[in-house]
Formats: sequence, structure tokens, C-alpha cells
Amino acid sequence: MDLSNYQCAGLFDEMFQEDGTCRGHYHPFEKLLKRTHPKKLKQLQFSANKSQLAMGMTFNVYHNEEGLEKILHLDIIPRIIPNPEWLKLEAGLKQRVNALNHFIQDIYNEQEILNDGVVPRDLIENSKDFLKPCIGLTPPKGIWCHITGTDLIRDKNGEYFVLEDNLRCPSGVSYMLESREIIKKAFPNVLNKAGVMPVSNYPARLLNMLQNLSEKEKPVVGVLTPGIYNSAYFEHSYLALQMGVELVTGEDLIVKDHKVYMQTTKGFEPIDVIYRRIDDTFLDPTAFNPDSLLGVSGIFDAYKAGTIALANAPGTGVADDKAVYAYVPDIIKYYLNEDPILNNVPTYLCRKPDERQYVLDHIDELVVKETNAAGGYGMLIGPKASAEEHEKFRQLITANPTNYIAQPTLSLSTVPTLVEDNVECRHVDLRPYVLYGEDIDVIPGALSRVALKKGSLVVNSSQGGGSKDTWVLY
Amino acid sequence: MLSRVANSIYWLGRYLERAENYARFIDVNFNLMLDLPPGLKAQWEPLVLATGDLELYQQTYHDFDKRSVIHFMALDKSNPNSILSAITYARENARIVRENLSKETWEKINELFHLLNKSTERTIWGKKDPRSFFEKIRYSILLLYGLADGTVARTEAWYFRSLGMYLERADKTSRILDVKYHMLLPSPEEVGSPLDFLHWTALLKSVSAFNTYRRLYGKIESNGLLEFLVFNRQFPRSIYFCLKEAEDCLHMISDSRTNDFNNNAEKEIGALRSKLAFSDINDIIKTGLHESIDEIQQKINIISSEIELNFFQIRHEPFTQNQSQ
Repeated sequence: MDLSNYQCAGLFDEMFQEDGTCRGHYHPFEKLLKRTHPKKLKQLQFSANKSQLAMGMTFNVYHNEEGLEKILHLDIIPRIIPNPEWLKLEAGLKQRVNALNHFIQDIYNEQEILNDGVVPRDLIENSKDFLKPCIGLTPPKGIWCHITGTDLIRDKNGEYFVLEDNLRCPSGVSYMLESREIIKKAFPNVLNKAGVMPVSNYPARLLNMLQNLSEKEKPVVGVLTPGIYNSAYFEHSYLALQMGVELVTGEDLIVKDHKVYMQTTKGFEPIDVIYRRIDDTFLDPTAFNPDSLLGVSGIFDAYKAGTIALANAPGTGVADDKAVYAYVPDIIKYYLNEDPILNNVPTYLCRKPDERQYVLDHIDELVVKETNAAGGYGMLIGPKASAEEHEKFRQLITANPTNYIAQPTLSLSTVPTLVEDNVECRHVDLRPYVLYGEDIDVIPGALSRVALKKGSLVVNSSQGGGSKDTWVLY
Repeated sequence: MLSRVANSIYWLGRYLERAENYARFIDVNFNLMLDLPPGLKAQWEPLVLATGDLELYQQTYHDFDKRSVIHFMALDKSNPNSILSAITYARENARIVRENLSKETWEKINELFHLLNKSTERTIWGKKDPRSFFEKIRYSILLLYGLADGTVARTEAWYFRSLGMYLERADKTSRILDVKYHMLLPSPEEVGSPLDFLHWTALLKSVSAFNTYRRLYGKIESNGLLEFLVFNRQFPRSIYFCLKEAEDCLHMISDSRTNDFNNNAEKEIGALRSKLAFSDINDIIKTGLHESIDEIQQKINIISSEIELNFFQIRHEPFTQNQSQ
């Protein structure tokens, strides 16, 4: 494969420096790439996707009858992260998760951070993700956010920024694990040469973390899934299989005297820890959303009684609200008395008059986001929008400033990606996974999501994004 | 194991077995038609009758021609028992219980599903002999059985799948016997004729038993054949054999003694199996073949619903289930 035409002018590329030379940590892979014929690469790519399909590594696309199941396209060229860079990321993530956990515990209990005015009280108490039933609760071992999948990006200078803290049910870890297996088959020799840290013990670490939540010697653990029509069902069943625990749905569970049981062929058996992959408000129709058919009536009472542990704890969503996000650096300082190791993307809170004015004046340069929307809804991308749209958002912001934040438009870093017979640059983000058990544990790997369309910044799987195996080097 | 999971595994067993049987029936009938003397109308109607889906068939199709019948049995999505439907359900059940399956098993089911899902009329009738299509399906399923045999632990999950498989197989053997007997029973003057011989041969082949029968019984004649397919203790597709295996599975699941029962499913299957154990071909002739087969089928349905009641049904009132048994 000839790489001399590879171009990514003006952007930070993961593999090549501005002068066109390859970064040191990519050398073993560059060597391999150069001596592999494009046809061979295409073949490897084809069989990688074929084995994804055979494995059923698919997600469901809602409202699409024909291709109901799609694979998340795995690009066979890995994204590689050198060790020093990773160490910094790791320290930053630990710090962040630690602080956020303090924060959640605090706002549902003493509320010191609100009393001290560091985070505005109304921002928290008016948030739809602030779950009143959780007030006064301390989950087992004081841990709320057991599994975090933080989204990061790199800007023009290669600096990492946290884009989002996903503290609810972050998905994608199964893709991280299975992608590695596929890439091992595609490039059997180079992983060893490059010195890639393994990720395969994630399920064991996850299980350990979950078991740690119960006082029992041999706690019964289950993964709670909404069922086969959920877009992440593959992952739910994959994790249950890899951990050797039951995969349960709401209908398998029943609560009696504040204790949760599974219905089995031999009667009712107790369950002690649940890794739940359904949203907070669907968890218990009696405590939250009465329309939920997915949850288990009475499970929240059992949780309060301490007979069942839930990961992540209900109520964590309040800390990954887009407006709360802007306060995370302050939150880190408040609880840990440390400077944040990882930066936030600079965020303007429209609730603050001076920042609002800045946003209104510079709306054509900024990305405006609704604080509680997700998946690209309620968004304005200033540089790409018309004057009319700018005006519309100015009015929306003025009418309801609390509801909006704004950020400068960042250019994501790029990474070489196989496109037909060629290697081209595509934008990429990074989602490492953090487990909070006895210690805080960052898995040396990640889900890297790639925008497959040229120039596109959208890496979302539902909008045509792909993924990459992420190599963290020793 | 979870009731819901047990239910899915049981049906996974049934649907795979159903698909395999259908693929074999079509294949055998195709072969039989090739052997028929010229001028004799090809018989595809018995195949539809064997499936028990005659009414459904007549809603959409008018003739019992080869193409219609094969389409109905293989690729018709509106037929819940077609091979495509059975494999789709089998795969859906496999997805539900995937954490209980070996990686290879899941991948092979998945491949088979994708093969069938993209199959069209052309796949069957195109360049190739249609039989190769059905052969592929059969071998895929047999490969799955082989994989399971060599890789799956004999835990509850194994016994629920086997239970589903053997009940389905008992049912299919009984159906093929019933229909062949009725539809292809030659008039008295044809007994022993080449045509008669062909029919019985086809019947044996449809349960993959031709060679085995020959070795054990020699002569092709109706009584020996009935004896073989209903009562034989050694042949894995005889009704008796399937029921005995299914009964053993139930005892393994409940961890109960063989000659006892502690739920209605065990009771019903034990009763039917014993009845067959102490009957012979003369009892069938006395009762009438159709009547005997009909009774067996009804009993299999009762066993099936007792299994459902006892193991799978989600109960909303906990801590009472053992008393209700």
C-alpha cells in the first residue's frame, strides 16, 4: 500500500506528522501497511466484516424493516496510542470519575456543593435526571458510577478534551473486545511487535467489580436487558456470556418482601447484583415511569432496603447533563482540591449573562446545544447554519437561557482509514471505559468511532459511523 | 435456569428439528417423483398434509404443484412453519439464549439464517438442482447437532433443547406415517407392485431410515415398516425412541427417578411411552393406523402444554409453584 498520497492538511493526524513522516509509535504498523498489497487489505477488510456478521455483532436500526440489523463497520487499520499519552489520559479519567462520584453522593445527601454555591442549586434540582427518590441514599460502598464511558476528542494541536461523561449505561465495550479478536486474526504478528496491551480481561474485571457490591461470598449477578429489540442487545448478551452470569429481562424478576428473585424452572431464586442496561426511569414502574413495561415493580424499594445492588446506581444521569458538564472542572477542584488533568471543551453557559451575550454575538462561530437533548437533536452548528437559523436560536436562547450551552467548533483529529482501495483520513473520537470497584480502573483500550464520510464530524453509529480497534501500547 | 431461557432453548430445539425435517421431506419427495413411471401425476399434496398446514396452504395456493408446495414449505414467510420461518424463530430464540450457547453454535445458526434470509426462488430453481439447496440446509443443521454434541455441557440447557428436538421428531415421524399411509395406500391390486415399493421406500427415506430398515428387517412391507417407525427401540427416529429420550430429558431436568413422576409433563410422557412399550403392531391394526397415530399426536400436544405450564409460564405469584405440582 502506497501511503505517499495521504493528506490531512491543517488537521491533527494520529499517524502522520505535518511534514508527512510517520509518528514513532505507528512505525511497526506502517511497515506492515507498506508491504501489504491494497487487494490484500481489501480482502482482510471483507473478512473482518463477514465475521462481524457471523458473530451477530449487530445493532438494531429502529424503524427500518429491511436491514433491521446492521454491523458497526470495523475499519481494520487500528488507532494507536503511545504509553505516555495513555498514562495522562488514565490519570485524568480516574480523577474525573472520582470527583463525579463525590459529586453525585453529595447532591443526593448533604448538598454541600450547592450550599457553597459552586454549582447552582436550581440547575441540579430542576434537572429531569435528578431523581428525587434517590435523596438520602448511599449506594453499596458509596459507589454510584460503576461503569463510565467517557467521550474524548483531540483538537488541532493534539490536545485531548472531554466531550461527554457517559455515566448511565455507556455502550460499545463489546465492540472494543470483539474488534480486538478480529484484528488479531487480520494482523496476527504486528500486535506483538508493537506491544499492545490486552483488553480481554474486561469481563473478569467487570464481574469482580459487580461482585464487590455485595456482602455475600458468592453473590448472584445478572445483566438486565430490555430484550432482543434493544439496539445494544448484542452487547448485553455478550457481557452476560463473558461473565458467565444470567441475562435477565424485567419479566424474569419479581420482588417479594423487598428482595429480588429470578423465576427459574425450579422456582424463585434470589439475585444480588444487577448490571442494568435499562434507563433509570424505566427501572421500576412503581417508583418512576408507570408506563414502563421493561422494569420490575418494587425493585427500587429493594434497592433502598439494600438487598439488591444496581450498577450504575439510579440517579447518576444528573452528572452527565450538558450544563453540569461545564462545572466538572470546578467539581474536581471542590472535592479533590486538584487541577483537572483533562480539559473540558470550553463551554459557555447561556444562563450566565456575560457568557450568554458572548454566545449571542458569536453564534455563527459556535455549536449551540440544548442541555438535556442527545443524539444530535436540538443543535445548531453555527458555521454551517444560515442567518435565519442563527436568529431562530438567538430567540430560543433569550427565551430560555438555562436550556442552552455553546461551544467553539473543534476540528477532531483524523486517522488513516481504508476507503475502497485507498487509505484516507477520517475524523475520530475516543471512548475509554472506566470501572469503579475496589479501585478506579481504566481499561487500556477504547472504542474509537470514525466518521466514514469524508470531512464529516459525525461518528455516531446510527448515522453511518464506523469503529476502530484501539491499541494502547506498553 | 431462567424459565424464559428454558422456553427459548426448548423452542430452539423444536424449530431446528422442524426445519431439518421439512428440508428432508422436500428432498425425498423430489427424488420419489423422479422415479415415478411416466404419465403418473406427481404427488405434492401429501407433503402439505404431512405438515398439518393444509388450510393455510389453501388460502394462498390453488394447485398442489411442485413449485407452490416447495415455496410454501421452504420460503413462504406467511407460513409460520416454513423452513425460513422455523430458522428465523430458531435464530431469534438462539439470540435470546445466546449466553448459553457455544460460540460456534451461535455462528452456524446465524450463517444459516443469513443464507435463508437472502434466498429467493432463484436460489432454489436457478442454475442448480433444487436438491442441493435443501441438502445444504440439512447439513447445516446436522453440523449444529454435531457441534452441540461435542461442545455443549450436559446441563439443564442441553436437556431442554433435546427435549424440544425429540418431541418435534416424534411428532414429525408420526405425521409422515399418517399421511403416507392414507394418501399413498395403494389399492389392493397394487400391493407389492413396483409403485408400492417406491412409496414405502420414499417413506423410509423421508426419515433417513432406508438402509437401517433394510439391515434390520430386510423386506419392505407395511407391517415391518410400521413396527420399525413406531416401536423400534434402537432407531433414533422411531416414535418410541424419541419419546423415551424426551422422557429421560425430563427426568434429568427434574432430577427425579425414571419410573416415577413429580410433575404432569413427566406423568403424561411416562404414560404414553409405557403404552407404546407394551403395545405392538397388532394393537395398531386393531385400533386403526390413523386412529393410533392421531392419539399419539394428541398426547404429544398434551405433553407439550404440560411442559409449558410446569417450566415456562411466568408466574406472578411467587412461592406457590411447588405446591401446584
